[in-house]
Amino acid sequence: MMQKLFHYASPQNFYPLAGKLWPAFALLATGLTVWGLWLGMFVAPTDFQQGEGYRIIFVHVPASWMSMVIYLAMAFWALLGLTFNTRLSGMMGRALAPTGAIFAFLSLWTGALWGKPMWGAWWVWDARLTSELILFFLYLGYIALTSAIDDPRRADKAGGILALVGALNVPVIYFSVKWWNTLHQGASVSLTKGSSMAQTMLEAMLIMGIAFWMYAIAMALYRVRSIILVRERHAQWVADLPEVKAKTLEVQS
Amino acid sequence: MIWNSWSDFWAMGGYGVYVWGSFGVTAALMLIEMVWVKQARTKALAHVAQELVAAQTQGKDWQG
Amino acid sequence: MSAFVAIVRRDLTLALRRKNEVITSVFFFVVVAALFPLGIGPEMNTLRLVAPGILWVGALLASMLSLGRMFAADHADGTLEQMALSPNSLSMLVAAKILAHWLLSGLPLVLLAPVLGLQFDLSANALWILTLSLLLGTPILSLIGAIGAALTLGVRGGDVLLSLLVLPLYVPALVFGAGAVQAEISGLGASAHLSILAAMALVAAVFSPWASAASLRIALES
Repeated sequence: MMQKLFHYASPQNFYPLAGKLWPAFALLATGLTVWGLWLGMFVAPTDFQQGEGYRIIFVHVPASWMSMVIYLAMAFWALLGLTFNTRLSGMMGRALAPTGAIFAFLSLWTGALWGKPMWGAWWVWDARLTSELILFFLYLGYIALTSAIDDPRRADKAGGILALVGALNVPVIYFSVKWWNTLHQGASVSLTKGSSMAQTMLEAMLIMGIAFWMYAIAMALYRVRSIILVRERHAQWVADLPEVKAKTLEVQS
Repeated sequence: MIWNSWSDFWAMGGYGVYVWGSFGVTAALMLIEMVWVKQARTKALAHVAQELVAAQTQGKDWQG
Repeated sequence: MSAFVAIVRRDLTLALRRKNEVITSVFFFVVVAALFPLGIGPEMNTLRLVAPGILWVGALLASMLSLGRMFAADHADGTLEQMALSPNSLSMLVAAKILAHWLLSGLPLVLLAPVLGLQFDLSANALWILTLSLLLGTPILSLIGAIGAALTLGVRGGDVLLSLLVLPLYVPALVFGAGAVQAEISGLGASAHLSILAAMALVAAVFSPWASAASLRIALES
């Protein structure tokens, strides 16, 4: 089993595996999104307090979850990479970051669109939204650092340390923002009404969450293949790939 | 079915702008991301291919 | 132990030969503390409210500005590589450099803050808590900043990038630091805030030299 894992730690072996897997995840993502949206938009009832506006949670909450899950995944790959010094770990971190950043942004965007009708302001310094904003900055920092360093191996390792330091700090940041928020705002606002959610609402939200997760994996697997191609371009196995051979013919003509 | 009509659905009880503004931007960014990764792959393949062609022609020059 | 002291002495001596670096940091703090009232308005009640935040953010930014210098000079002339190759633990040498950095960039801010606090009509108790919070907080800023400085060593656009990297990580220190002063002003007492700051400083003191050393090795080996 361990041997199997180490077999796929080589970019040469991971490339075809990712190639086979990403369409499956994409399909799952599509199916689950359709199901989730069906439940959320056509079956779940109107909320007693928030009217129809609450339906934003079906993208807001999954986006928030994913922004955090992806960051944890990046930290996990960073830990692997720094421990075992594998090239693939750095590549996976880089493949995950853009999707994570997009979800963080979407969480903020949908959060604002939810906040405006509910609280009357485009932005509130709610503990969770503020932590999400800081998480977005952490993503941008990772992407900026790894893009700024020319040497890919150094960029990978530096990004890895940054991702790890960031991941360790996220609970601290969340705790401190929560502390800051409760002392300054009195009654805390909750984005999801404290009382129990209707069954279908919760169900739709969870399904959308998994749908976004499948999407994120599909994106990361697809993206890492491009990264592998460029990083390993001097290897013979890359030159032997049918898609590369086809492209060389195209370039020569 | 909880909607009485399509216009009710789009109106979202008055919250239409916010709900569709959220769903719309989410869908748009995801589609943009899909296009972006596709383009990245095309560029990666072109990069690799160009380097291979350059290496091959260099090899030929040296031999020839 | 002697290597530690030697590095601190060395960094202090070198920096004091180019005094303007220390002065710029201090000067920046003074200017920022004066700029905010100019932007907000002279109403004393408002200024008293926002003073903790302004002074803390000012100190934070001033501290951040000087981070780039922590390793740059030694990296440029090859001393850093010698440190990495020496039998001494790189973490310990890095800790020494961080201490020197704090003595030059953080401590002046701590000493200056109560003076600037007078501009905002803060009470004596508030000024005392402000000084304490910065005394505990500025080491955290130097420690966390060191990791960022090590990661961006020699990178193009490193200074701006460094700011982007460390600012999110500075948030907890800022929240508890400024929060301590506000808690004192509102009568709630700052002991909880200060304890948490102290705990963060301890954790940072233990982990940051090690993380910074690891980051330096990554920067040096390429």
